[in-house]
Amino acid sequence: MNFDYDSEQNDLREAVRGLLARAYSDSEQRRGVVKADPGFDEKTWSRLAEMGLLGLPFAEDDGGMGAGPVEVAIVAEEIGRVLAPEPFIETVVLAGGLVSAVGTAEQRAEILGGISEGSTIAVFAHAEPRTRWAATAREVTATQSGDGWTLTGVKEPVPSGARADLLVVSAAVDGGTGLYLVQGDAAGLTRTAYRTHDGTRAANVRFDGTPAQQLGEGGDQTAAIERALAEARIAYGHEAIGAMDTALRTTADYLKTRKQFGVTLNKFQALTFRAADMYVSLELARSVALWASMVQDAGGDVVAAADRARLQVSRAGRHIGEEAIQLHGGIGVTAEYSVGHYTSRLIAIDHLLGDGDWAAARLAAKVADYETVDPLGAPYAG
Amino acid sequence: MRLQLSPELEAFREEMRTFFTTQVPQEIRDHVAAHRELEKDDYIRAQRALNAAGLAVPHWPVEWGGKDWTPLQRHIWREEMQLACVPEPLAFNTSMIGPVLAAFGNQEQKERFLAKTANLDIWWCQGFSEPDAGSDLASLRTTAVRDGDDWVVNGQKTWTTLGQYADWIFCLVRTDPGAEKKQRGISMLVFPMDSPGVTLRPIELIDGGFEVNEVFFEDVRVPAENLIGEENRGWDYAKFLLGNERVGIARVGASKRMLAQAKQHAQEITVDGRPLADDPFMARRIAEIENELVALELTALRVVANSADGKPHPASSVLKLRGSELQQAATELMLDIAGPLSLASFADGGSDVPDWARAATPHYLNYRKVSIYGGSNEVQRTIIAGSILGL
Repeated sequence: MNFDYDSEQNDLREAVRGLLARAYSDSEQRRGVVKADPGFDEKTWSRLAEMGLLGLPFAEDDGGMGAGPVEVAIVAEEIGRVLAPEPFIETVVLAGGLVSAVGTAEQRAEILGGISEGSTIAVFAHAEPRTRWAATAREVTATQSGDGWTLTGVKEPVPSGARADLLVVSAAVDGGTGLYLVQGDAAGLTRTAYRTHDGTRAANVRFDGTPAQQLGEGGDQTAAIERALAEARIAYGHEAIGAMDTALRTTADYLKTRKQFGVTLNKFQALTFRAADMYVSLELARSVALWASMVQDAGGDVVAAADRARLQVSRAGRHIGEEAIQLHGGIGVTAEYSVGHYTSRLIAIDHLLGDGDWAAARLAAKVADYETVDPLGAPYAG
Repeated sequence: MRLQLSPELEAFREEMRTFFTTQVPQEIRDHVAAHRELEKDDYIRAQRALNAAGLAVPHWPVEWGGKDWTPLQRHIWREEMQLACVPEPLAFNTSMIGPVLAAFGNQEQKERFLAKTANLDIWWCQGFSEPDAGSDLASLRTTAVRDGDDWVVNGQKTWTTLGQYADWIFCLVRTDPGAEKKQRGISMLVFPMDSPGVTLRPIELIDGGFEVNEVFFEDVRVPAENLIGEENRGWDYAKFLLGNERVGIARVGASKRMLAQAKQHAQEITVDGRPLADDPFMARRIAEIENELVALELTALRVVANSADGKPHPASSVLKLRGSELQQAATELMLDIAGPLSLASFADGGSDVPDWARAATPHYLNYRKVSIYGGSNEVQRTIIAGSILGL
């Protein structure tokens, strides 16, 4: 049992940190990038591909690097550290994860190869306007037509939904939920993009008898979706850890330099104690996020571990995001200064795949089923 | 990174679990489980059972009965002990004065005290805090003045836990009132509690119990050979000792056990014929505390498994802070599950209220202490802000 990265993982972290530090050396650079569509930098995306990061978790036979969840977590944390807006988790972990888990050999080779090379941006079109954080689909339905399928209904919000070359879509079918592939240029597909509060893009995606290809061999895919969502929740947790780390560091630096009443703010215990509490929240959340990746790596119950990580990270994200602004004062709510953007992203992460209350309710439903939690034992140890 | 314990550590954990649940008298463990006050003899029997198996002082140097375990092994030892409701070896003996004697005592002192300290043949108490020296310990005013072959001690200590059972006291005294820094004029003396001039006055706490005392010294003569280490270096030994005090202070195992009990009691208490545990709000509250405990346990594991170079892991600073908050959250949960039954705190015979509900309020009130002792949580925040965040 240990929580330390090995030397290759440390190297990976340094390499990713270096790449992203060049792309987003300051907050203004990111502001410039997210102002224009598609809300991220295509050149940075290509560099991530060149470094092999976009194929990180995929099998080598499918064109990937065959790395594990810990490596994915390392990349996600570095993304969070600088708020890189590139859709890494959306494309690689969620859409790519589903193709990798469910797709036929042919689909895997084609799609995962394209993602790894950086030529295909794929996203999972799953959220629906009148549901929240379910693993099933209700409002988009799939209908068999000849050899293929057609989809009808609306998905929203779909992160990077308008830019995506390929959509992996969940749809109600035969009383269950199936997964389908829709090309970006398909007939009967209408995508309306908008900017989200954290600077990224999402879209309303409307299917109207849109031709689609079934992903994998068909049947109900709810369990695969639940699992992919859990893996993405863990990855977003690491992105949030990176963002919280920077938010806290930025806040501490500010307290050391900003002067009021003739002294720097770190002379006020009312402020330094609150910063100390932010550190406590961050380290507790970091422990659970690292653990969740280890559970995934060990083949344990990833859904249960992701719920625990989601709850801890969500609570920490709210705490640190809100306090980071408050301890800065007015400058914290300006768009020119970085820290408010971290808060905005932490809130976005919270609402992408389930917030703290949602995770707490899931955990509460099972709390009477066991006496104590052993994080190194069943069902987490695999 | 790796989740599982190695097979050797799994076996070690099993060995500890088996020992604690079979070799420590059941009635003592039942007492701990019910949060009933332990008798002096309970502590002694439990510690001697551990010591006979070499499990009372594993963190001491090997030549004095230690085990040369890794921090992770020590963590497992402590967690399993707490989960099994085994009273921990008396901290004043095993975590405080024992390690100080082993590190700074002379050979004669080691031979005289260490084996008896490990076996609780000598019961030690701590003479550190004073009425005007709490978190600001270095302001202590109890003096020791050299007179021939003796030190003559005058002054007052307070918060002396279980002093009523103690045979000996280890005491911080001011030996150089003129020292430039107040920390530099302090020495550590040890002497018997029945020395002439020592008076003990129990302090009743809000839970109705008597676990702390004031101790007064009036011209207490202490032989010079009872000075530990060097004169005027006592502050260094105190810092060393308090560092040990913070080890294991997260008390994750004890809080997990409390939470398990709370869950069980929430099944027994009914509201309109349905178990309280079915109330979604109660289930949510339990789930939130439980998840915080998971986070704390994982943080403790992160710290003890860290193979670093002897430097303390920065995250270790959160253990005392959050550990005490969660102990308090667990006692508060128990109190609220007991609800109206918690009023029957001092019911004796003739009450239908179960033991655990009677103990709930005194336990809650008593546990306000955990965020105060061992460096209050405000001291912990000062440490985090200063030494980690550089504020």
